[in-house]
Amino acid sequence: MKGYLGIDVGSVSTNLVLLNDNYQVLEKLYLRTQGRPIDTIQIGLKKLGEKIGDIQIKGVGTTGSARNLAGVIVGADVIKNEITAHAVAASNVVPGVRTVLEIGGQDSKIIILREGVVVDFAMNTVCAAGTGSFLDQQASRLSIPIEEFGELALQANSPVRIAGRCSVFAESDMIHKQQLGHCTEDIIAGLCEALVRNYLNNVGQGKEILEPILFQGGVAANKGIKAAFSEELDAKINVPKHHNVMGALGSAILAKEEMRQKKKTSFKGFDVSEFSYNVSSFECDSCPNSCEIINIYQDEELVARWGFKCPKWEAV
Amino acid sequence: MKVTFPHMGNMNLSIKSLFNNLGLDVIEPPPITKRTLDLGVKYSPEFACLPLKINIGNYIEALELGADTIIMGGGIGPCRFGYYAEVQKEILNDLGYDYEMIVLEPFQSRWENFIKQFKFIFKHVEWWKFISAWRLAWAKCEVIDKANEYVNQMRAYAIEPQSVTKLYKEFLRKLERTEDKRELYSLVIGLKDKILDLDLDMKRDPLKIGIVGEIYVVLEPFTNLNLEEKLGEMGVIVDRSIYLSDWVSEHLFSNASNTAKHHKIEEAAEPYLEHFVGGHGLETIGQTILYDEKGYDGVIQLAPFTCMPEIVAQSILPEISKERNLPVLSLVLDEHTGDAGFITRLEAFVDLLARKRRDQVGGQVI
Repeated sequence: MKGYLGIDVGSVSTNLVLLNDNYQVLEKLYLRTQGRPIDTIQIGLKKLGEKIGDIQIKGVGTTGSARNLAGVIVGADVIKNEITAHAVAASNVVPGVRTVLEIGGQDSKIIILREGVVVDFAMNTVCAAGTGSFLDQQASRLSIPIEEFGELALQANSPVRIAGRCSVFAESDMIHKQQLGHCTEDIIAGLCEALVRNYLNNVGQGKEILEPILFQGGVAANKGIKAAFSEELDAKINVPKHHNVMGALGSAILAKEEMRQKKKTSFKGFDVSEFSYNVSSFECDSCPNSCEIINIYQDEELVARWGFKCPKWEAV
Repeated sequence: MKVTFPHMGNMNLSIKSLFNNLGLDVIEPPPITKRTLDLGVKYSPEFACLPLKINIGNYIEALELGADTIIMGGGIGPCRFGYYAEVQKEILNDLGYDYEMIVLEPFQSRWENFIKQFKFIFKHVEWWKFISAWRLAWAKCEVIDKANEYVNQMRAYAIEPQSVTKLYKEFLRKLERTEDKRELYSLVIGLKDKILDLDLDMKRDPLKIGIVGEIYVVLEPFTNLNLEEKLGEMGVIVDRSIYLSDWVSEHLFSNASNTAKHHKIEEAAEPYLEHFVGGHGLETIGQTILYDEKGYDGVIQLAPFTCMPEIVAQSILPEISKERNLPVLSLVLDEHTGDAGFITRLEAFVDLLARKRRDQVGGQVI
């Protein structure tokens, strides 16, 4: 059997998706990146390789903030940004989707599609108040597992109002409300509403949000946020089955598209988990830019280098 | 007297040439690097906009090399730039530098006033010497802009866009040493010939993106993370709405053609914005519409974080984008030197434009 592999290496999670010829997800993996993308990619490939048996990989795509690194390690056929990957996955899952809300670990985005084409998008610019990391942090401050966060929000009777523009304001506001004696459920529900308000005012500013709406990314698992979106937009919010791996799914689809033109995949095989990858970095002292040059070695061989601003270190 | 001035794109080449030929001792600030930025950020008010901070870095690095006189522009109007020089003077005074700052206030379109201001610095210079030095510097400015415009188009056709950039840089190095006007023109012709000798694919029909926004971040590649180069390498024809020569000539010579040009921008902006809002806010709106009329696929707006005129423009752009079905991407620039997030947005924007075009011609869309 033939399969296409999509890998999304983000700040918080690393996801792998294996797709068959009919765009069906055969396998998916959701791993925490934990600041070590190379190890995580290798672990992911090893796990996936053991699971799938004798499926032949016909194409590989990478996306996410470490897409170039991942591309070098696995031998990607297509390396694409996460906006395109998410949009492609969304319109594949729900043809005719017109709005994609995506909230990930460190960034959040909105993608507007019309007739299956991305016509507009926005990403959070200078603020992380509306992202998964912030929720993560608040959940651990309240010693509530992030998985239960959303359920608790749904149990609230009267959500408290929490300042949502800035995570520092939100946190101090939350503490203040706690000390007044509000119950945890109401505070969490208030936080969900604040996050949604912030997202819509910041990322969604001036965007025409039309149904069908798809909500994806790690935060989409949070029922409290989903409910808050649904209330604020007065619309039905769909959370796709594979909501937490949509980036990887999109890049697998892109890999499949790419292989229409390309003959042979550059995939290095599941054996890459056997190689040892080393990264060394040094500070170039040729000028005061002090570029941090990063060398990526596969065993002893230099396979990639980046971080430079001038052509001095261009050649590998 | 050892004179220095702040950087802004390739402005240093023309200014150095002008000052040198007027017999001044020039100490150019070193190229903008992370150190420049660090110095500027350390000593400037936190809420000041990015250009002010980089100016401060430039001054400090030049003063370290022995400069003792800073020449800086002044300004009027709602943009904070008008107050830059005064604030910068205070900062450098507090740091204990021994120097003189000469602020050239806007020349109000009269040659006599302009020369009078310059006379203040160039007391000993005869007027004919001034004119010939000015002519050469002006020619350099115009020639750089012409070359830049050409390079921004040709990267999109080159099989290896990097080689176009390489030729352009080589051209700039040669231009710096040239003291003859005619030679300057042959340098441009030489550059064009060399680019045409490269591996080109003229059958391509590249996407076209116009750049609008605040002048400093549009002109200074350090602050816009080499936007023009990056887009060129993605196979896009780039056009800048602001060139230094246009800007100078608009402020210096208020002749009929300049007035007409600006009138056109104002007219284009009128349905959305009817008056000057400081900086390049009005131009950003007008030029965006002109790009749409010229058939560009998309527009990118560049603004330093907290830039008031561009914030005004930014809040109007979504409406223009919707009404005219023209994709617009606003990028806010600040201290960040990591460009991963920047590239993600550019890539996604270029993808969006490519799909939009394919969709219009009825191509295959995923």
